[in-house]
Amino acid sequence: MTAGAQSLSYLRQAPAPPLPPPAERAGVIGWLRANLFSGAANTTLTLICIAFIAWAVPPLLRFYLFDAVWSGGDRACQASPAGACWPFVRVWLSYFVYGFYPSAERWRVDLFFLALAFGIVWLLRLSAPRRDLAALYFFVLLPILSFVLLHGAPALGLAVVPTALWGGVLVTVVVATVGMVFSLPLGILLALARRSELPVVRAAAVGFIEFVRGVPLITVLFMASVMLPLFVPERLAPDKLLRALIGVAMFASAYMAEVVRGGLAAVPRGQYEAARALGLTYWRMMGLVILPQALRATLPNIVNTFIGLFKDTTLVFIVGLFDFLRTVEAARNDPNWAAPSTGLTGYAFAALFYFVCCYGMSRYAGTVETRLSRAGRR
Amino acid sequence: MPRRAPRLGAVALQAALLFVVVVLAYGAFVNAAQNLARAHVASGFGFWNNTAGFDISQTLIAYSASTSSFGRAFWVGLLNTLLVAAIGIVLATALGFIVGLAQLSRNWLVARLAAGYVELIRNVPLLLQLLFLYNAVLKSLPAVRDSIALPGGALLNSRGLFLPRPEFAPGFAAVAAALLVGIAGAILLRRWARRRQERTGDEIHVLWGALALIGGLPLAAFVLAGFPVAFSFPELGRFNVRGGIEILPEFAALALALAVYTAAFIAEVVRAGVLSVSAGQTEAAHALGLRPGATLRLVVVPQAMRVIVPPLTSQYLNLTKNSSLAVAIGYPDLVQVFAGTVLNITGQAVEVIAITMAVYLSISLFTSFVMNLYARAVAVVER
Repeated sequence: MTAGAQSLSYLRQAPAPPLPPPAERAGVIGWLRANLFSGAANTTLTLICIAFIAWAVPPLLRFYLFDAVWSGGDRACQASPAGACWPFVRVWLSYFVYGFYPSAERWRVDLFFLALAFGIVWLLRLSAPRRDLAALYFFVLLPILSFVLLHGAPALGLAVVPTALWGGVLVTVVVATVGMVFSLPLGILLALARRSELPVVRAAAVGFIEFVRGVPLITVLFMASVMLPLFVPERLAPDKLLRALIGVAMFASAYMAEVVRGGLAAVPRGQYEAARALGLTYWRMMGLVILPQALRATLPNIVNTFIGLFKDTTLVFIVGLFDFLRTVEAARNDPNWAAPSTGLTGYAFAALFYFVCCYGMSRYAGTVETRLSRAGRR
Repeated sequence: MPRRAPRLGAVALQAALLFVVVVLAYGAFVNAAQNLARAHVASGFGFWNNTAGFDISQTLIAYSASTSSFGRAFWVGLLNTLLVAAIGIVLATALGFIVGLAQLSRNWLVARLAAGYVELIRNVPLLLQLLFLYNAVLKSLPAVRDSIALPGGALLNSRGLFLPRPEFAPGFAAVAAALLVGIAGAILLRRWARRRQERTGDEIHVLWGALALIGGLPLAAFVLAGFPVAFSFPELGRFNVRGGIEILPEFAALALALAVYTAAFIAEVVRAGVLSVSAGQTEAAHALGLRPGATLRLVVVPQAMRVIVPPLTSQYLNLTKNSSLAVAIGYPDLVQVFAGTVLNITGQAVEVIAITMAVYLSISLFTSFVMNLYARAVAVVER
């Protein structure tokens, strides 16, 4: 009986064997397992990616860093065509920045860059004081100041520099800035006109916006450069740069109008009604109540439009202006620097410049967006 | 929006606007007439039928410098634009969807690589990428004598890519007919399976059947007709390549640059579209017992597509408009041929630019018309 009772037990007599330890879930190994090797398909993808990186990155690094020529001149570059030719950038840098702007007057360009940078920082820093004054500075004072500085004013002792001598980053920045400075107010006006109740005003705005948005920028630039001179009396014919600026400003304002319209649509109806009920006139309602909200809501989109505009400035190349990209092309084709490695170096340098500018702007848009969504959640 | 301006003011404002527009247009017209008369430039569209007298490097329709007219050159340019846009759209869509989905991958490396691609490509001007691809990559390919022989009899050199040209024997019509029948059969099969599923709930997999219809039928016809295709391979001459299909480096550079650039934007559109379908939809589908594949096919994709398609179309339009960058590398598209060469020869800027713009404008307006129809068709019907 006792022997039977001992063998017939409902309780475990010995402790259960320990379970195997769980697969590591923390630390480097755990992270690798979760994110890169979580299954057969995932592991294959990871290996393909690693193979791609191993195939693509080392030759790039070799060309642009390890085998690159860092000192010397055109001879040194021709001697070692297997590496990038960084002296090319160093020698041509002032041409890339100023074009043929006379050396003695280049301080004016530098001053313009400084004034512009100051305006941009003041306008875009969300915590900066008196941003209304910043807007006044950027949209009214700066254009006048820039014109006087860059073009010259004999009355003030600044010699006139014809725009044919402007070039490089200067032209790129001038085209982009003029596009921004004119497109925002014009875009706002067009957007208001498009939402207007007056049929003629609305039709004019819709016609302009849809027309410009429906055709490529190149044709707008062609139109500005070959048709515009026909449409004005001969003595008023604008110079090449001004024609391109008019084309870019037209193009950018049509796109800006659509962005602003999106912002206007995001303002709740009650805001309009409340402003009306307070007895505000149309312009005071728009200026004091609607536009501040609409523009703030759509600020990231405005910045994105500026990024597009900045990239599109390269197209003035095609109507014969010497923007930054064109100066790189011209320098690349200089007979003394005709090695293939100079082209690759020049393009890489240009790409870096555009990437830094555009990526900076898009980061800014991202920051504003995060902040706005946080403000909206309150 | 709700604007109650005094009637009189509104009328006066509109009349003033109309007046300004008319005066500007009239002034432009008078000036243009004067300037053109001074420069002895003809006006009107009479030049359309004059002999063009210049060569075009890629012509999809018969064209010769000595006999064809400017009008013919216009059509050649337009067809070249449409060709590069169509190829670019196909490539950009494929690449864009892959990159967009890769950005959402749970694999960290894949997601990072895809995001890096998007950031890099979106923040560098298209023209720079195009020049890089054309001047630095394609132009540095070996000369004709040292052509790279690709598998399948194709040749690659700095003059372009030369592919074998298929020559169809009469029996090939049967293969084409079999393909059409196969596609029609696959559509019918799918429709039958869908209806049966709606009636009975049984799910029938039609994928293999459809593939057999679309691939198998033409293959059978191909064998039965006795292999009615021969290839004429490109042959290496001393300075040039004879025979085969020639793909110009300008065309390749433009199509690739447009595809790579637009793919980055399409990837963002796709990512936003997929993210717009809330996780609850997937969870509900799983709760109903749908397997992951079916969830994707029946629940997620239809809802994501509704968000994806409108911005996708506007990316297609952008690609078509950006194809006008052809002028920078000399690919004979509409702008290069017509707004470039024809304008320079005739000097009739107003007419030429107006025609060019009208073409792009009609493409845009037609596309947005179709898009509006689509948007209306898929709009969520709110109760």
